[in-house]
Amino acid sequence: MSILYAFLVGGALCVPAQILIDRTKLTPARILVLYVTLGVILGALGLYQTLRDAVGCGVSVPLIGFGGVIAEGVKKAIDEEAFLGIFKGPLTAAAVGTSAALVFGYLTALIFNGKPHKM
Amino acid sequence: MSQKEEYEAKIKAIAPTSPLFKNCLFAFLFGGGICAFGETFRHLLMRIGLESSDAFVQVSVTLIFLSAVLTGLGIYDNIAKIAGAGTLVPVTGFANAVVSPAIDTKSEGWVLGVGAKIFTVAGPVLLYGVLAGTVYGLIYYAVSLFGGGV
Amino acid sequence: MIHTFRHAPGILTAAAVGGYEERRGPLGEAFDLCDPSGRFGQKTWEMAEEELARTALNAALGKAGVNAKDISVLCAGDLQNQCCASSGGLYSFGIPFLGLYGACSTCTESLLVASLYLSETYSEKRRLAAAVTTSHNGSAERQFRQPLEYGSQRAPTAQWTATAGGAFLLDSHGADVLITECMPGRMINSLILDSANMGCAMAPAAADSLCRYFEESGKKPVDFDAIVTGDLGLVGASMLRELMKEAGIPLEENYRDCGTMLYDEKEQDVHGGASGCGCSASVLSCFFLPKMVRGDYQDILFLSTGALLSATSVQQGEAIKGIAPLLRIQRRKT
Repeated sequence: MSILYAFLVGGALCVPAQILIDRTKLTPARILVLYVTLGVILGALGLYQTLRDAVGCGVSVPLIGFGGVIAEGVKKAIDEEAFLGIFKGPLTAAAVGTSAALVFGYLTALIFNGKPHKM
Repeated sequence: MSQKEEYEAKIKAIAPTSPLFKNCLFAFLFGGGICAFGETFRHLLMRIGLESSDAFVQVSVTLIFLSAVLTGLGIYDNIAKIAGAGTLVPVTGFANAVVSPAIDTKSEGWVLGVGAKIFTVAGPVLLYGVLAGTVYGLIYYAVSLFGGGV
Repeated sequence: MIHTFRHAPGILTAAAVGGYEERRGPLGEAFDLCDPSGRFGQKTWEMAEEELARTALNAALGKAGVNAKDISVLCAGDLQNQCCASSGGLYSFGIPFLGLYGACSTCTESLLVASLYLSETYSEKRRLAAAVTTSHNGSAERQFRQPLEYGSQRAPTAQWTATAGGAFLLDSHGADVLITECMPGRMINSLILDSANMGCAMAPAAADSLCRYFEESGKKPVDFDAIVTGDLGLVGASMLRELMKEAGIPLEENYRDCGTMLYDEKEQDVHGGASGCGCSASVLSCFFLPKMVRGDYQDILFLSTGALLSATSVQQGEAIKGIAPLLRIQRRKT
């Protein structure tokens, strides 16, 4: 059942981005910034955690999840380390995703060459 | 009406617009599909004994890995042509945004090419994610300072 | 102002070189050479474009059976920063070089400058000049848009930068096809910022050039076998028709745009059509010039259209300026 929810919620989260791409001048990069920021806000309000319990990857896989874990990480770091946690939290929470993308990105560049663009 | 607005109105009259319904449908199907795949995989991971929170992280890493491979093979951008936001919004889109400039700039060298330009597309996500997190942190810290005594 | 050449230079030979999509397009067979890999044996897209320029000029020289040292001047340009495809690809010919930048209008610009050079230095002695223009999808995407493997959807108005180039050899003593008149274009502010709709950014400049030409010459669009714009694409070409209609000089059936001819609208996912300075160069070389040599066309107007912008200028909010220099190309009277 949660797989179906993940499909429906994950898919639904992509639709506003598609509307923004097609009907406004917003570039994909700006839209992703919006999603991450929205994720941080949802995480700060505690809504992200509630959503994740309900639909799992439906909310954690879209970039909202990236923002959500940043908010979670910040909260945890401040609970443990007070003021310094403000700076430790964001990147600690984002560490796995970012490092994985960087490492796989580097390895991919080592192995593959760019393909010609086709229509 | 200014000259600019006048010309923009003329453009609007003749320029075709994107097929919104079709694009949204594909975005929904592909985006939902990626999330459902992740959820299925997460259930499998929990069945073999991973804790729930670890399974979420593991799913992300796996999707990032798959996206990197598909990007390297030159497949991801071809899927994205159809899927649109469906492959942009999931974490696979973030991975694609890191991997594609890495492949693209290796001709300019490993340090000043790949090294310097790997975040040209995905950098904004990281910067504004961290900034938003810091703003939340400041608020949360302030609240915990004053609220802590209560 | 229209300039009529006292000694109209002739287009002795021309060559068109392309990539994968160009080969698949309706003019694919007419290209002198296409490399479906787009790499032209090189490691990077930028070097591939250099090799494309080199191949095109070699082909044009070969057809004429002349040696590079017999060429008095080489006028060339491309879309890469500082026109490096032209300098990197063509330095080894050892021909005195005039590097040009007119964005996608460079084909007309280079022919215009080469013609002026030949006409100014005209003497009993026959002189030759070369004009080369290239663009490459790989190098242009990287420079103006995003990494090639980055997943995104192109807007319906967005055009496809052609991997293509054209080389022309001009003869001061004329040839079957002559460049008889020229008129540099004015830079016209399109007022728009949308780099996914270059056609509409360039259409006002093309309209300006055409209006000025018809006004000064007293001619009408129907007086020509073809009026050819460079790369306005599907949307830009409709816009030009609209603007010309408003100006009271409607374009007729003889109006063609190279950007709508290079690819097949039905078979290929073209969106707004083709663009890039190699687009008009290759279509002139492999479509219009052969038609003129055969006698199908006697008299055409040729305006490559350029969008003057950089990735930085657009990000800083500067509207795109268009430019459309004009050439009148005629078949020699027999």
